[in-house]
Amino acid sequence: MAGSRSFISKLREGDEIARLVTFLFAASVVLITVLLVYELWINSALPRHKFGLHFFVTEVWDPVMDQFGALPFIYGTVVTSAVALCLAVPLGIGAAIFLAELAPPRVSDTLEFFIDLLAAVPSVIYGVLGVFIVVPLMRQVIYPALNKPFGFLPIFKGPSYGVGFLTAGIVLAIMLIPYIISVSREVLLSVPRDQREAALALGATRWESTWKVVVPFAKTGIMGSVFLALARALGETMAVTMVIGNTPQIAASLFAPGYSIAAVIANEFTEATGELYTQSLIALGLVLFLLTFVLNGLARLLIIVTTQKGSKVRA
Amino acid sequence: MNARLGWRKFVSNLMLTLTGVCAFVSVSILFFILGYLLFNGGASINWAFFTQLPKPVGEVGGGMANAIVGSAKLLLAASLFGVPFGFMGGIYLAEFSGPKTASVVRYAADLLNGVPSIVIGIFAFSLVVLPFKQFSTLAGSFALGLMMIPITLRSTEEFLNAVPSVLREGAMALGASKWKTIATVIVPAAYRGILTAILLALARVAGETAPLLFTALGNRFWSPGWGQPTASLPVVIYNYAQSPYEDWHRQAWAAGLVLLGFILIVNILARTILSRGIAAPRS
Repeated sequence: MAGSRSFISKLREGDEIARLVTFLFAASVVLITVLLVYELWINSALPRHKFGLHFFVTEVWDPVMDQFGALPFIYGTVVTSAVALCLAVPLGIGAAIFLAELAPPRVSDTLEFFIDLLAAVPSVIYGVLGVFIVVPLMRQVIYPALNKPFGFLPIFKGPSYGVGFLTAGIVLAIMLIPYIISVSREVLLSVPRDQREAALALGATRWESTWKVVVPFAKTGIMGSVFLALARALGETMAVTMVIGNTPQIAASLFAPGYSIAAVIANEFTEATGELYTQSLIALGLVLFLLTFVLNGLARLLIIVTTQKGSKVRA
Repeated sequence: MNARLGWRKFVSNLMLTLTGVCAFVSVSILFFILGYLLFNGGASINWAFFTQLPKPVGEVGGGMANAIVGSAKLLLAASLFGVPFGFMGGIYLAEFSGPKTASVVRYAADLLNGVPSIVIGIFAFSLVVLPFKQFSTLAGSFALGLMMIPITLRSTEEFLNAVPSVLREGAMALGASKWKTIATVIVPAAYRGILTAILLALARVAGETAPLLFTALGNRFWSPGWGQPTASLPVVIYNYAQSPYEDWHRQAWAAGLVLLGFILIVNILARTILSRGIAAPRS
């Protein structure tokens, strides 16, 4: 019996040492995380004191005059992420429905394997594809197709340079699809079988049972997958940097070039001269961190709630 | 059979076909990317690509030997840093800790996992680059290693917990101490799962570019030792793809193909190890 052994004999057998050593490793993971938040916080003190909350509503980003405002970058990040979600969510959920509801298990597993591989493709590769395929496509096909009939709308107005909010949004959407599919498929598969059978028994068609019973049941979890994807989109750096145009401006047109938080950090961090400049970039990093922190927490909560709901009904 | 039912069946079939199209389009992206890189970069992969340094602008040819070696060094050091922390931390969570401590560590790991990679880069910059006043392989490895910790930790914990308690009790009943049980029974039973997780973590950080931009920086030449800026495949792809030179574009595609090939092979390898291992601990 373990309990009756004395502390000394446990120590001699190495139990306490093993516990201590593994504890130190586990504790340092916590420490590193705390240190990360702390470093971001103290290294962004200058702009916090100088600009205060104006940092978030100022449109000027002028390193020469020491004027730094985050608004154009926040705007770019939000707009590109919104465009990406509008494109990726329907496609991703559609595909997840196919994988979870229609495809035979073997086909579903094979396709899921490819989707997992797709999720492993590094973002710089998506960036390369964006530069060499989406940008020319934007100039020659998408821009004329949208600008001619819908040019009167502010979001489709103005000239296109190929790079811009819409281009970045499209590339981001392609990156998000595998995440949305994987998580949504898991959530849909956790919906109890009786729900489907009950709907079918009441005379619903297969689509009606899927769309009016299974999907609403899994709604919170699917929302979770969308938040998870959104958190990825906000923090995505390389692919966006390569196709957004890197111009700090706020433009209504989706064809206009813009900038995002992650992109400005990637481009200007090594070249930043002066404390205030560097610290303003770190402040942007802190904003990004907080955004993804909140979204990830929310996403996890929603996914847990749904999968538990499934197991509760089943039990 | 009335018209209404016919319409409902029509809608059902239409929408279900559409979901199939969605799935087909999504999966085909993978093959499109592979095909595109093979078509454009395949021709540029030759012996020189793996053995030579980049040539100056204007001269055709040259290779990416320094970036390939740089990436390998970065990944090696990152694993040496990230894997022990994740592995040992995972053992603590699964075997020693109480529920309260465990939830704190788990929460920290999940938080770290969600941090955007560019922010990890900032952290590594202020922690490793600033004090030494030098961009280096070590700084890049630190950033990548940080990203490996949460993945390794959470999956080590998960796979250790999945080991049947019969094994644990059997070892204890034979008089083995707890750490001996862990080292000789539990970890060996779960090693396939843990190995898979480590490989997946490695594949994930292998393609990371953002944390390397201001830690490992880049280098047109060899980077001796661990304290110098070094070239790496992802950063070279990023720089070359944005350059105006045709030849560099071709090299970027070739490098992309090599990088993607490596990542996909590691992924497939990891999943094969796992699927073969599932039967082992339970039998």
